[in-house]
Amino acid sequence: MFDFLQYNFIQNALAAAVLASIACGIIGVYVVVKKIVFISGGIAHASFGGVGLGYYLGINPMFGVLPFSLLSALVMGTVSKKSKIPEDSAIGILWSLGMALGIIFVYLTPGYAPDLMTYLFGNILTVPYSDLYFMLALDVVIVGAVYLLYKEFLTLCFDEEFTTVQGLPTEKLYLFLLCIIALTIVVLIKVVGIILVIALLTIPASLSRKFTYNLKRMMLISIAFGTVISVTGIGLSYALDVPSGATIILVLSLVYGVASFGMEILENIKNSGA
Amino acid sequence: MEKVIELKDVWVRYGTQTILEAINFELKEPNGLLGIIGPNGGGKTTFLKVLLGLLKPYRGNVKLFGKPPEKSRELVGYVPQYKGFDFDFPISVWEVVLTGRMSHTGFLKKFREEDKKAAEEALKTVEMFQYRDRQIGQLSGGQRQRVFIARALATNPKLLLLDEPNSGLDPHMQDELYRLLSRLKQEMAVIMVTHDLSAVSVYVDKIACLNRTLHYHNSREIPVEDLEATYQCPVELIAHGIPHRVLKNHEENS
Repeated sequence: MFDFLQYNFIQNALAAAVLASIACGIIGVYVVVKKIVFISGGIAHASFGGVGLGYYLGINPMFGVLPFSLLSALVMGTVSKKSKIPEDSAIGILWSLGMALGIIFVYLTPGYAPDLMTYLFGNILTVPYSDLYFMLALDVVIVGAVYLLYKEFLTLCFDEEFTTVQGLPTEKLYLFLLCIIALTIVVLIKVVGIILVIALLTIPASLSRKFTYNLKRMMLISIAFGTVISVTGIGLSYALDVPSGATIILVLSLVYGVASFGMEILENIKNSGA
Repeated sequence: MEKVIELKDVWVRYGTQTILEAINFELKEPNGLLGIIGPNGGGKTTFLKVLLGLLKPYRGNVKLFGKPPEKSRELVGYVPQYKGFDFDFPISVWEVVLTGRMSHTGFLKKFREEDKKAAEEALKTVEMFQYRDRQIGQLSGGQRQRVFIARALATNPKLLLLDEPNSGLDPHMQDELYRLLSRLKQEMAVIMVTHDLSAVSVYVDKIACLNRTLHYHNSREIPVEDLEATYQCPVELIAHGIPHRVLKNHEENS
């Protein structure tokens, strides 16, 4: 039954799923508790500009995405805080600007952009071995940053104003958090693609929130959920021959829906019993 | 001795609107409770934010303990208005109070023993130590307010600033809050912004009225003219059964 595990591409896919789950489990918690889902979605979509740039320059598009997503994080963070237009409008503008740049770059690239679709919708079954090292390196940076800045990020997410009153560089800290989110998005792109990245940043973290009130435990639980669910998704997509990224998201949504519904029923039973 | 607060000709604007106008203010005594009253939108919160260095006045000079606000962080405790807070946030009472130590611990460093001691002491002062492992959403409004006071106290402040600390509390909890502040004011200067006029009559040592301009006479009595200038309408303060009166007895003008 598990004979498909012997294929190299399946092994790579599973390794990628674990690496992605670590990144999105930890960083997704910040995205959810700080309520910056929309700006994270903006950074993800704007990074498509980087994919286009990669094709245009003839390099591995992942190396285009990395600087581009960091740049979008910095620009979005600064513009949304500083400009006079409302934050969500600023994000909306930059979101589409990045995507438009990507489309123009791809158009200007002579010939045919071979696996453009995998960047938009992900295809974990085609992750090459070299990308795994890239993902691992980013994971190390992400985990290291959160380890060093755990108390700073906690304060920042809980009460930004008080963070400033305590003399911390709140604005720089926020921009740095957005950059870490950008790195996470780069890790996740191969798994589910730019369009679906936001699901991996929000669903495992929202799910873990139902089980604990401790931020560290939330991170561990969402890593566990992410890993189990994405592996299940890969298995299903292989068995049913449907796209892997979308399958992972469907399983995630299903689990989230069942968990929410189930917990509500439990709550009702408890309340009516008391 | 250094003045706790010194404001010279401070002006604050949001866009074209002047929020604070030509504020001159001095607080010399290192302890005592000052109440700042004024109508909503009168600039009370803005005034606190200027003291905290969160807002830069476009004109004028602000000094706390002889230094600009950004340089006196570890001497100032702040209890913000906690409306609009996400109380579902996954953080425990203990973690909240420890964040009040950040100005002492410093960037990138782990909390030390003395930070934990200070947090413990602060929680004991507000009698919330036994709740340290609770998530903040699982507390009552009054308990939550105490936790925020403990967070400010963990800083070991010489100046404590509170923004409408009594809002959302029932009379019993308010009473407890004021008794706590009466204890704290023995050891530090406490400034409380409020629009609860009856509270200030009993517990505060000094009163200032703020509505764009500040009326302050270094005393606990406010002339009726100041109060009426602040609220821009006649104000009747009934203080039945209360040992002190805020208002001087005033003649019936009609």
